[in-house]
This record gives sequence, structure tokens and C-alpha cells, in this order.
Amino acid sequence: MFSYAVKKVLLAIPLLLGVSVLVFMMMHLIPGDPARIIAGPEAFPEDVEALRVQLGLDKPLPVQYWIFLSHAVHGDFGRSIRSTRLVSAEIKSRFPATVELAVVATAVSLVIGLISGIIAATKQNSFFDTASMGVALLGISIPGFWLGLMLMLVFSYYLHLLPPSGRGGGLLTLAGWRYIALPALSLGVSSAASIARMTRSSMLEVLRQDYVRTARAKGLAERVVVYTHALKNAMIPVVTLTGLHLGFLLGGAVITEQVFAWPGLGTLVVNAIWSRDFPIVQGVVMLFATTFTVINLLVDLTYALFDPRVRYE
Amino acid sequence: MAEPLLQVRNLETTFFTPDGVVPAVDHVSLSVNKGETLGLVGESGCGKSVTALSVMRLIADPPGKIMGGDILFEGQNLLAKTEAEMRTIRGNRISMIFQEPMTSLNPVFTVGFQITEAIRLHQKLDRRDALAKAVEMLRLVGIPLPEKRVYEYPHELSGGMRQRVMIAMALSCNPKLLIADEPTTALDVTIQAQVLELMKRLRNELGMAILLITHDLGVVAEMADRVSVMYAGKNVEEGLVEPIFERPLHPYTRGLLDSIPQLHRDQVRLHAIDGGVPNPSQFPKGCRFHPRCQFAQDRCRAEQPVLTEVEPGHKVSCWYPLVAADRGVA
Repeated sequence: MFSYAVKKVLLAIPLLLGVSVLVFMMMHLIPGDPARIIAGPEAFPEDVEALRVQLGLDKPLPVQYWIFLSHAVHGDFGRSIRSTRLVSAEIKSRFPATVELAVVATAVSLVIGLISGIIAATKQNSFFDTASMGVALLGISIPGFWLGLMLMLVFSYYLHLLPPSGRGGGLLTLAGWRYIALPALSLGVSSAASIARMTRSSMLEVLRQDYVRTARAKGLAERVVVYTHALKNAMIPVVTLTGLHLGFLLGGAVITEQVFAWPGLGTLVVNAIWSRDFPIVQGVVMLFATTFTVINLLVDLTYALFDPRVRYE
Repeated sequence: MAEPLLQVRNLETTFFTPDGVVPAVDHVSLSVNKGETLGLVGESGCGKSVTALSVMRLIADPPGKIMGGDILFEGQNLLAKTEAEMRTIRGNRISMIFQEPMTSLNPVFTVGFQITEAIRLHQKLDRRDALAKAVEMLRLVGIPLPEKRVYEYPHELSGGMRQRVMIAMALSCNPKLLIADEPTTALDVTIQAQVLELMKRLRNELGMAILLITHDLGVVAEMADRVSVMYAGKNVEEGLVEPIFERPLHPYTRGLLDSIPQLHRDQVRLHAIDGGVPNPSQFPKGCRFHPRCQFAQDRCRAEQPVLTEVEPGHKVSCWYPLVAADRGVA
């Protein structure tokens, strides 16, 4: 298992190199001269030229890439054009908020999705099954930002229960939970919907298996049959799906963060794109690719917890 | 000896499917005495497994439902028991093993965990004692290195070994009745013989009764004391093994016996019963076997025969039971 993890990490290197090439090229593929864009429309030509030298843009492309890469592996993506702060510092100040939101949203989606999926499967064709799967379909179809706006309207504007936007003081404070509730819910609901449907179909498949009948023939209570014997078998596709969701959420839930003015990577990257702040975009995209790779590795390793037949060779 | 352990009387199990109402088991009766092995024989789809699952009260509802009859086990009616009461019987006093050892064990739990589950539940042993008991059971069913095997997963075992594990699991709480639903059908012939030998040995050592469901009359001859033949959800013949094999009274039983390949006889071609088992949602009127029966007469097409005792202990459900002249090789 350890050697499998090492192998996976080694395989991730060419992947991340590929991403780095794309990220690097982005600056050169976008129409216009980066130095001129950075310097601004009113800059004098000699200032633009000075900037070009300063940024190393006068050097050959492979050399530029090498410089970019050797800095990038140290987490150095240069300075933000807009704020002139280090990109790494900008990301560091935003990443915790994104992680916090991604983790809470995933927890919300797992709790809602697993419970309703399991109940729907064990009471197949009941009212709960039909109703929850209908709601789930709705949950998948509704755009997260619209749901966010509606939640905001109900819980903040009409009921005055929760703050409409911003971030409180982390998850150790009550305020932190009050601020995160609505964005986490609006992100969690759509994942919950797909997790619920996946759990239901996976459970239905498993509940038909011979070993479930064996478990009942042993005299086990239905609760043990469902939550021990069936659930552990049904979890594998759910783990995959949850990993994908978590990966996307860690990349910054761009629109939802905007709606709730959540100070995470999503907000950072959107503002960076608007202001042509390339170093920030490059840094965030690299981070996104890296976290996604890490999450995928974790998902692969999690399979073994659920299925002993998974062999890492 | 003749003390009944399990008595099934006029059992009716029906499935309500989108394609119609299917009376899979229709007024079936059978009894298993203490320490006895009853072979329940018939073609696929004749209701054998549904009868067994009805005894365990494991018919999925919906679509299935036990509509009538009694199932008396040690004098108590299982159909009157609550689900919680049934759980104290299942895996404890009545155990069941299934046809497919490859799929009947849960792939994600160790063999030891799956055996100890029943032991801990019914015998209230703690984890360590239950594990010791599981090792002992694995040794009893002839699995080498049981101390090591308890920590293995089903996919690490062969089909024969898995069926042994199923047997160990089923017998771990000393059941009075073991229901074996085609226990050897999915196994290689050599492994089949080993598993049957094992079941015989354990039956003698532990003194349990076996309800052995099979379509293989060779297995019945090997294992059973008495045999009950089912056709299309009904009993057709019942009696001690020897009289039934020597003097079958029902044309269907004779058909089954004739379709066993005989090595010592020059057979040009293997005998088969013409036609197939009728679709349970549209059984023929009268005797359900009459469309496939070479002896069928008008009465067979009109009236359903009932199970009647023709000789002591030998019952048949046929208007015109076979006489010696009919029994010659077809």
C-alpha cells in the first residue's frame, strides 16, 4: 500500500508538469503583450520595456518556463500585479476559508445524501423514496447560486436568523458557524442530491445480493444487515463521487463564494481574472491541480478501507 | 425417531409481480423428523427454494407473501411469530446454507467476522470466545490452518472452502434443523462429494435434521432418509428413499429417475421429460403435470389430484398412480 502511494505520487509529477506548461503558456497565449497589460494602457514605452526585462519576458520561452518552474516548485509564483503582495501570501490568506467551506459543505452533503439515500433504498417505492428522489433531482438541477440567493432571502432577509454574507471567525466560534451555514448548505445540497441518488442505487444493487440474504438467515437485525453488511459494500461509488465533489470544492466554489462574499480562492481568482492578475491565476490553478491530485490519491487509498479485494500493486 | 421437528402444512406462498399473481408454493406439506434428512426434489422453479425461504420467513415482502398454511417447528407455529422472535430462531435453531458459495459470503468482511457474528448474537459470547469457537468450527469442517483462515476474506478461498465456511457458520450455534438449498450444485464434482461427506459426518456427530433441497437424485440417494418430490408448486410424491427409487408412483418421479444417466446400461439416448415446467402464473387446469404426462386421461385434465397415502408412508398425488407394468424403461 505504501509503495502504491509512492507510485501514485510519482505518476502525479508528469501530470502537474503538464499543468504547469499550460499555466505558463496562458500568459503568452492570451492576446496582447503581457508587459503592456501589466504596465497599463497609459504607461510609457520605456517603462513597458523596463518591466519586460524585469519580468524576464525578453528571454527565450524555454528559459522563461524554466525560471517559472523552478520558482513554482518552491511555491513562488511572484507577486500579485494588483496588490503587489506575494502570490503565496495571497493564497495562504484565502485557502483556509476555502478548505473550511469545502469540508463543511462535503460533510453536509454526506450526512444528507447518505441518510436519505439509505432510507430511500430500504423503503423502495415508498412515499419517502419518491419524495426524496424527487427533491434530489431538483437539488441537482437547481444552480447553486440561485439556491444561495433564495436561502439568503429566507434566512437573512425575512427571518433575520443568519448573516447574509462574509466569514466569521473560523469554525471554533459560534459566529463562524453562523456565517458558514448558508454557503455550506447551498453548496452541500447539490452534492447531497447526487450522493443520495448514488447511495440509493448502490444500496439497491447490494441489497439484492446473496450475502445480504445470508446475513438475514443468520438472524441479524435488519439494522445490522443494512448498516453493516450492505452499506460497506455500497460505499465505493459513493466515496468516488464524494472525492470528486471535495476536489471541485477545494478549487474554490467560484460562484457561491461570490454570492456570499466568502473570502476564499474562488473570490480571489475571479478578481484576479478581471484584473488580468496572471501570477495569482497561475498560482491558484496550480494549487487546484495539486489538491485535486492529492484528493484522488486519498480516494484511491480509501477504497481499501471498504473493499479488501482492492489490491495496490 | 418419528418425532416431527418441522411440519409444513398447506403452505401457500404467492408472489405479486407486475406480470401477475404467481402462486409459487401452492398448498405444500412436508415434515422433517428429528435427526432425519428429507430430500426435497424437483426441477428449477418448482417452488423448492421458496418453500425453504418461507420456513425461514425470509420471503421478500413485497413482492412475496405467505398467504396460508402452518409451519410448525418444535410444535410452535413460525408464521405466528414476530420478526424479533424469528431472529432468535434464524441462524440459531434453524440455519440455512445456499447454492452459491461464491456470492453468499460478504466480500468485505473476514471469514472470522462473519462466523462470529452469529455466535455472538445467539450465544452471547464475547469477541475472543466467539473467535475461538469460529476457529473450532472451521477445524470441524476440515479447513486447514483455521487460526489463519479466520482472518482471511472470502475472495482468498476456493469455492469448496467457502461452502465449508458457510456450513461452519450455519452450524456454529448447533441448529436443530439445517436447510441446505442446493449446497453442492455450484461445486466441482470432486468437491461435491467432499462436501456431502462432510455434511453426513456432521449430521451424525451433531444429530441435526437436514432439509436438503436439490434437483440431483444422486445427492438424495446419498444423503436422504425420505424424499418429497415437488412439481409446479405442489407436492407430487413423498416417501422413504428406497421405495420411491424402486417403485415410483408418480409419472413425474419416474421421469426424474429415468433422466439419470445409467452407466451400466446401454442407452442410445438419455431420457428427458418432454416439455418444460409451466409458467406459474398460468398453470394448466387439473393435474399440473398432465400436459407432459404420457399417461394423462380426461380426469387428469379436469380435476386436480390430492396427496393421498397409497402405501404406508408413501404418498402420491396422482389419479392413476403407476403400477408395475408402467414402470418399465421408457
